[in-house]
Amino acid sequence: MTDKPLGLSRRNFLEAAAAGAVAMPLSRRVAAEPAPGSPAPDDASQPVRLPVLPSTIQLNVNGQVHDLSVEPRLTLLDALREHLALTGTKKGCDRGQCGACTVLVNGRRINSCLTLAVMHTQDQIVTIEGLAHADGSLHPIQAAFIRQDAFQCGFCTPGQICSAVALVEEHRRGPDHQRPMTDDEIRDRMSGNICRCGAYPHILAVVREAMGEGASAAVPGANAAGPGARAAAHG
Amino acid sequence: MDDFSYARAGDVDGALRLVEEPGAEFIAGGTNLLDLMKGGVTAPTRLIDITQLAGLAQIHELPDGGVRIGALASNSSVAENEWVRARYPLLAEALLAGASPQLRNMATVGGNLLQRTRCPYFYDVGFAHCNKRDPGSGCDALLGFNRNLAILGTSDQCIATNPSDMNVALAALDASVQLRSSRGSRQLPVRDFHRLPGDTPQRDTNLAPGEIITAVDLPPSPFARHSHYLKVRDRASYAFALVSVAAALRIDGGLVREVRVVLGGVAPKPWIVAEAQPLLQGKPLTAANLDAVADAAMQGARPQGDNFFKVALGKRAIVRALQVAAGQEA
Repeated sequence: MTDKPLGLSRRNFLEAAAAGAVAMPLSRRVAAEPAPGSPAPDDASQPVRLPVLPSTIQLNVNGQVHDLSVEPRLTLLDALREHLALTGTKKGCDRGQCGACTVLVNGRRINSCLTLAVMHTQDQIVTIEGLAHADGSLHPIQAAFIRQDAFQCGFCTPGQICSAVALVEEHRRGPDHQRPMTDDEIRDRMSGNICRCGAYPHILAVVREAMGEGASAAVPGANAAGPGARAAAHG
Repeated sequence: MDDFSYARAGDVDGALRLVEEPGAEFIAGGTNLLDLMKGGVTAPTRLIDITQLAGLAQIHELPDGGVRIGALASNSSVAENEWVRARYPLLAEALLAGASPQLRNMATVGGNLLQRTRCPYFYDVGFAHCNKRDPGSGCDALLGFNRNLAILGTSDQCIATNPSDMNVALAALDASVQLRSSRGSRQLPVRDFHRLPGDTPQRDTNLAPGEIITAVDLPPSPFARHSHYLKVRDRASYAFALVSVAAALRIDGGLVREVRVVLGGVAPKPWIVAEAQPLLQGKPLTAANLDAVADAAMQGARPQGDNFFKVALGKRAIVRALQVAAGQEA
């Protein structure tokens, strides 16, 4: 067992403790209910909510290691946006329903709003800002989003792009990599990303193209992504 | 979210010690717990991060030909696993029918077993009366918007459903939950793991205080060739089930030798249609025989105002799931 040391120096402990003393009357709170399935604790064992000190953690984001002073309750999403100023990752619903906050952790797409920054000190995190190549040229999926006109307001786009990047990789590594995904499968695998503008047909075209099927729009159900659909969108 | 302290456990014994503190809870995938905390439904004072527990994310074969899935294995890694796909395609199907790819990458098998209901009256603390959230306060769902809620196994205190797809498949596959505590180890069949609400709807499962899920064991299955998970929902993907059916068959010479039918979306726990085995044993899957199972399954249904439709939908879903599992054109 390692009760992980949280990297407090004597100085920042004192600073944090002083700040905590002021905040205590607000943050002290008795938990309203026991953990699911456990009996109600008696008074002596009632948990008391004490002020929690920020701790210093390291996050590897887009290949760069950052030192951050964070509270445990800080989500990875808020760490990226508010501490690292990586505002490309969007906060939509903040409850894991819209996918705007999608980032890649160790190559896998996740919702950064439903995970804590302190849980990712050993991970490689990639955000939309980390997808382009060092020379500034776009990731092929980013380029395809522009080519296919796969967004309107753009708010969901960073999440859509991260999700699409991961999907193409999942398919390449997956058990069905020898056959192209059907349009219905692509829609299903992109359904964790909501687009209120309704750019779905063009996003589908991006993923199909990225899987090497872009040219053969003869796939059943591929009607919505042809040139006519794009013209209609512009019209 | 309210403030909480955080500790990372390095092994199971350490995790069990850390969680003894009042107000402490485990966190793994976090997809349900953090959502509940953001909504103020639950408010632990301390979170014990168990994501680094050694070995608990692994999937391996058991000597008897079964498979053990570590509690920390992600839903997506289980769905992709070659043994699961070959021997328990029903489980892979159910997992892929749940949530979104992002959530499946985060959510663990242990967490999925403990997933809490999505009843809107439980989830939204703006509603004053929820016996599951606040025992004894009443149930706003009984006379409220209960279209999504349960029709089987309910009580007059709670009509919430278990939201999981995975649990339905695990119950059909006779899986068991491996548990550890400072008192030792035990296992519980998945079908006995979740509880009916009765007059204690606040307790979803038979997990004891201070206990941790370490794995789920799947016994060798005779159902790999003939199984199907059918999920009926309001949109094609990324929605909870209105009705779901895990159907598994062993067919020999055109006759049913063994069958499992388990329902999701209609009950507070995976709902086992025990009548299926005696009704179909040794018989062909004729329309009349399928209808008999469907009728028996819904015999005790107690629909509420908005969810009468689930009775008819459930019957049709049972028939269709069994037909697809058997390879019949539905």
